[in-house]
Amino acid sequence: METQAATSPETVPSKTEKHPSGDSRFRILEVFAKRHGCRQDALIEILHKAQELFGFLDEGLLLFIARTLKLPPSRVFGVATFYHHFTLTPQGEHTCVVCMGTACYVKGADRLLATVEKASGIKAGETTSDAKLSLLTARCIGACGIAPAVVYDGEVTPRQTPQAVTERIKAWLNHGSH
Amino acid sequence: MDHIDLLETKNRELRTRKPLCLRVCMAAGCMSSNGQAVKDSLEKEIRAAGLADQVEVRRVGCLRLCCEGPLVASDPKGELYQKVTPDDAHAVVAALKNGNGELKRGDLQHPFFSRQMSIVLENSGVVDPERIESYIAADGYQALHHALMEMEPKDVVDTVFRSGLRGRGGAGYPTGLKWSTVAKTSGDRKFVVCNADEGDPGAFMDRSVLESDPQRVLEGMAIAAYAVGATQGYIYVRAEYPLAIARLNTAIRQAKQLGLLGGGIFESGFTFNVEIRIGAGAFVCGEETALLASVEGRRGTPRPRPPFPAESGLWGMPTLINNVETFANVPPILRRGAEWFAGIGTQQSKGTKVFALAGKIQRTGLIEVPMGMPLRTIVEEIGGGAPEGNQIKAVQTGGPSGGCIPANELDTPVDYESLVRLGSIMGSGGMIVMDQSTDMVDVARFFMGFCMDESCGKCIPCRAGTVQMHALLEKILKGQATLRDLQRLEELCDMVKNTSLCGLGQTAPNPVLSTLRFFREEYLHRLRSLPISPGIPILPNGSHHGPPVAEAAKT
Amino acid sequence: MAAKTLTIDGRLISAAEDQTVLQAAKDAGIQIPTLCHLEGLSDIGACRLCVVEVAGSNKLLPACVTRIAEGMQVRTDTERLRHYRRMVLELLFAERNHVCAVCVANGHCELQALALALGMDHVRFEYRFPKYSVDITHHSFGIDHNRCILCTRCVRVCWYIEGAGTKNVAGRGAECRIITDLNQSWGTSETCTSCGKCVQACPTGALFKRGSAVAEMERDRTRLEFIVNAREKKQWIV
Repeated sequence: METQAATSPETVPSKTEKHPSGDSRFRILEVFAKRHGCRQDALIEILHKAQELFGFLDEGLLLFIARTLKLPPSRVFGVATFYHHFTLTPQGEHTCVVCMGTACYVKGADRLLATVEKASGIKAGETTSDAKLSLLTARCIGACGIAPAVVYDGEVTPRQTPQAVTERIKAWLNHGSH
Repeated sequence: MDHIDLLETKNRELRTRKPLCLRVCMAAGCMSSNGQAVKDSLEKEIRAAGLADQVEVRRVGCLRLCCEGPLVASDPKGELYQKVTPDDAHAVVAALKNGNGELKRGDLQHPFFSRQMSIVLENSGVVDPERIESYIAADGYQALHHALMEMEPKDVVDTVFRSGLRGRGGAGYPTGLKWSTVAKTSGDRKFVVCNADEGDPGAFMDRSVLESDPQRVLEGMAIAAYAVGATQGYIYVRAEYPLAIARLNTAIRQAKQLGLLGGGIFESGFTFNVEIRIGAGAFVCGEETALLASVEGRRGTPRPRPPFPAESGLWGMPTLINNVETFANVPPILRRGAEWFAGIGTQQSKGTKVFALAGKIQRTGLIEVPMGMPLRTIVEEIGGGAPEGNQIKAVQTGGPSGGCIPANELDTPVDYESLVRLGSIMGSGGMIVMDQSTDMVDVARFFMGFCMDESCGKCIPCRAGTVQMHALLEKILKGQATLRDLQRLEELCDMVKNTSLCGLGQTAPNPVLSTLRFFREEYLHRLRSLPISPGIPILPNGSHHGPPVAEAAKT
Repeated sequence: MAAKTLTIDGRLISAAEDQTVLQAAKDAGIQIPTLCHLEGLSDIGACRLCVVEVAGSNKLLPACVTRIAEGMQVRTDTERLRHYRRMVLELLFAERNHVCAVCVANGHCELQALALALGMDHVRFEYRFPKYSVDITHHSFGIDHNRCILCTRCVRVCWYIEGAGTKNVAGRGAECRIITDLNQSWGTSETCTSCGKCVQACPTGALFKRGSAVAEMERDRTRLEFIVNAREKKQWIV
């Protein structure tokens, strides 16, 4: 990620793909940062955008953000690890988020979680070894009126039962993407 | 836009309305139960029936009875259909024409609806949250116009003060007093921040307000900004609420287009802009100084107060922070007067409160009731009591900062002071009902686990104390704890409550303290009695619980 | 600057109006225990050891960030406060792996000294025994996370006095830890100036000079005061 020598014509970066990896998403992120005036207080906004583009925040990406906003890397890392929404490891193809809010909890969310853990063989916060599924928990997604709720690939699903979650998870794990 | 434009917009909207209307709930609860497909299907059916010029299918916000979603309301028949599926479209449309198809009709005379009183939610389920004209037709932005054109900022502050409105985020600080402090503090710039980081597990009032009536919050913020002299606003909303964020974005864009946000609002000299800041999963950011740190793009750790944000907030400037529901109360107060608002509720707690009713209760959903209503009316009449004939054991209010109110205290009126006397708090309005199957020690452990995970780690009592309290609760649940462990737990509760830096730590012991106060026997039953325990008193009920002595001696 | 009078532990004291309770007490020769406070650094009120009782306030207030006021009545050493302070120390000792006998700072450690002064002779809470590593990749210094109490003195000194921003806190709650740059080994840091101020600022044996053996890690706190005075007051004599 060193700035490339402008004197050598072969290494002059093209206008659309500034990042040496050739990944145009860095360019999109840079434009997004510029729209925020590269202001340092927009760090969380930019981390959101980066995670949306890349799925997770790896070291190279965090360093890129630090340089774009001219922030010390320690600051970017400190912020990225403070907020649980940000993930520094790759996520699986599918995500299953079991809501563990109070309403869901008193209606048996712990049993749902145990069911998914058993069906998938992973614990909350982990991803299966074939990268098919990431299992997460949420503190409360605010869907208490339809508790217990589970979010499958971003889709909130009401009144879940152990049977229903097992079916959903098994379908993902056995049949791959759909 | 001036006042004539505003009235014209209102009239145009009312004039072009069709005689019949199907209001389809498109808040997150019903959306997750296939609400969008229901709306699509209804539109298709109406086109097919050739009724497109007579019937409006309106996207609306929360119709309250979340447990029976997707919900569709039919005007002017005044019927509410529950658990509507896309296949029901034919029957719903037939019902418009006096047909009597197979539909699950909701009972609008039920106390769930009849005992409610709408101020904050007056437009919820009525206006289209994605069309500003719909809000204007419901007298939206009249209050802002009135404030800008006919009131001095200090009169606005005075009106809010006299209304008796108190902060709806939890602590109940008088709103007018807060506004007046910010108004009187001088600064190069001032800010208004809307706290929409509704982090309490089991609470979804703010989400519903933002999804159902986002313009009302913007109007409330603009009035506040005028009153305190701010030009920039931020709405700090949780990333977990994508629909609320999308609707807020739409609302801000539309308000700007009509000149109701931005420079020279109502052709006055008043300028106010609003930006959305999206939280990233940190409960502590509901604490105001942590929220400010997060808006500034830093780690959301609280700092000691004073100085309070009203004096030194965002970038050191005077900053007004109020919760979504607080701002949502402001337009009606200005429209209808401080005296009207002060006439509702109790001596100390004015107006209404929105609660999210959830847990082991028949009717879950969003309710708005006058302050001072007995808890019993809320859970037994409105909520219909526990399902399957079970007994209500306790009602949890205030989330991880609150407590569990036992069934024998259900006659307590719901106001700020009464709940505090019971060791709980009003909180932001989550109300979780628990029945006999709920284990209170497990509930305490659940909340302590929450606080432990959400502690920012800055101050020692909260960071390390919650870990130790959680470990002790685990030990009690496993039946491995002794009376000495229970004493240690109580000692820690006292210490963490009194020495923590911010509200999160100071209130983290509340769920333990309140369950110890009302359900102490559930803790005592789980204690292990030591074979040799000089100085440790026998359990108060005289019985001898826990594993037999021989077994206990082995561990 | 106007002077104000207040009472601390029954003694009538006069102090400058912009002083904190901690400064006023110190000037009057009254010691209030502190951990996250360090002369020359901005205060954060995080360790809660310096909490005091102020008449008229139902909350305990951290002396390091509480401004004095006319007629204020402060108590710094009640049985209740001593009890809470001992518990703060107990929580700290239980949180990570503090073994004085094999620590470079043995005998020169603020945590140890406070435990002695406040009579915290045993820990009643369960030791957590977390697994933490030691980073000695830097050519001159090392960090042993087992002994870190997260007072963030090193972070503040790195950001606000040296200005390098190398150190920071990462994670949240009990998972908090001090990091270098992007959570990399200290020796690979591109921002660290190797000034060593963090090592001077550390109250325990968490940050140390490489080569120090047990009990050898003495610190010269006046170094920091010297730099702060030189920068802010343009006074170069310690």
